[in-house]
Amino acid sequence: MTISSTDFDFVRNYVKSKSAITLEAGKEYLVETRLSSIIVSEGLKDISDLVIKMKERADSPLHARVLDAMTTNETFFFRDITPFEVLKKEVIPDLLSRRSPNGPLNIWCAASSSGQEPYTISMVIADNFPSLKTPGCLTFIASDISQQMLAKAKSGLYTQLEVNRGLPAALLVKHFTKVGLDWQIKDEIKRMVDYRMINLSTTFPSLPQMDIIFIRNVLIYFEVEVKKKILEQIRKVMKPDAYLFLGGSETTFNLDDNFERCDLNKTVAYRLKKPK
Amino acid sequence: MSLHAIIIDDARSVRMILKKMMVELGFTVEEAEDGKKALEILVQNGPADVALVDWNMPVMNGFEFIQEVRKQSIYDEMKIMMVTTESELVRMIAALEAGANEYVMKPFTKDIIVEKLTIMGLINNENASAAH
Ligand SMILES: C[S@@+](CC[C@H](N)C(=O)[O-])C[C@H]1O[C@@H](n2cnc3c(N)ncnc32)[C@H](O)[C@@H]1O
Repeated sequence: MTISSTDFDFVRNYVKSKSAITLEAGKEYLVETRLSSIIVSEGLKDISDLVIKMKERADSPLHARVLDAMTTNETFFFRDITPFEVLKKEVIPDLLSRRSPNGPLNIWCAASSSGQEPYTISMVIADNFPSLKTPGCLTFIASDISQQMLAKAKSGLYTQLEVNRGLPAALLVKHFTKVGLDWQIKDEIKRMVDYRMINLSTTFPSLPQMDIIFIRNVLIYFEVEVKKKILEQIRKVMKPDAYLFLGGSETTFNLDDNFERCDLNKTVAYRLKKPK
Repeated sequence: MSLHAIIIDDARSVRMILKKMMVELGFTVEEAEDGKKALEILVQNGPADVALVDWNMPVMNGFEFIQEVRKQSIYDEMKIMMVTTESELVRMIAALEAGANEYVMKPFTKDIIVEKLTIMGLINNENASAAH
């Protein structure tokens, strides 16, 4: 299946207008492979047929499926490991020493995809800071633009392949039950996270001031101007001593100089510069 | 100095796949087709950094291998990762209690192996991405 340049432009303009994700020229193959399953399941002929359908209406479930298909949802438990180690050994202990052993702490995991990242954080908290599980001690919001990913995250149900990825076996046996061939995260961990639809490329909804923000492996998909706007909004929901975690190939450097790099044992967090 | 792995599986094809992955990650590799052979190799060459062990094998299975190894303190530092089609929770718990450090359910991918070696602290994110 090959895509015409007008159809490619239509798809990429649509994706960009909705999510700010940019698909450069040369990514035609990506559009072709990602949309092929929708074409089959909708009984359509080809991509131009799909584009015609999309043009009939401004918005439809088909539009949502195209957007979902075009976003990269790759994620796994304990991705890059070090951010979660410093969370446990340095970041949360530091914040609790400034607040009280019971917090309260506000955490936001943005672009949380199918939930592996927020649930990694929940497991770290449940296992190491159980007092934060007391009602009122922790507000933990996870968000994504994709309804499909949010639904999967909320279900907390993972395939064998997914639980094989990055999740220590000791935590699998502790925090999951086996349901048929799949694995269900226990309610106690699931309950800690509150999922919401938040599109990072638009104005953020009102959010509490955060102590910890994870927004990893999503800025890479945006153009510089969009990254700048997102970082500016992030800054406004950070408490003065909050910690921000980005993906391994992401940085605030050259985008927003109100942040400073904070080197923590083999990983980097970003913090707000102190006002002069 | 490169890290040393021993791959214990009665299926030659599985050993070959795992060996290729481990070599790409910079490990030197030895192979054994059952737990008993593996113990012989370990006695001869000294402990490996990590053993990747199947469960069901003739002569001495992977579970018996773990029990045997964990009786001997010279292997305290050796990490053991089960790589098996056994996917029941009870099996997994038994393996961990016997002294396995990690557990992978077959089928596996290179990403899975890399991520497990990373959480065991045997490789870091840099080796992992270099091998991709
Ligand atoms: C590669 S995943 C990263 C998941 C996780 N943070 C991690 O690092 O493993 C990127 C996620 O960003 C989400 N995303 C893409 N554009 C977005 C936007 N404009 N607003 C919010 N989320 C977005 C996608 O739906 C996808 O789930």
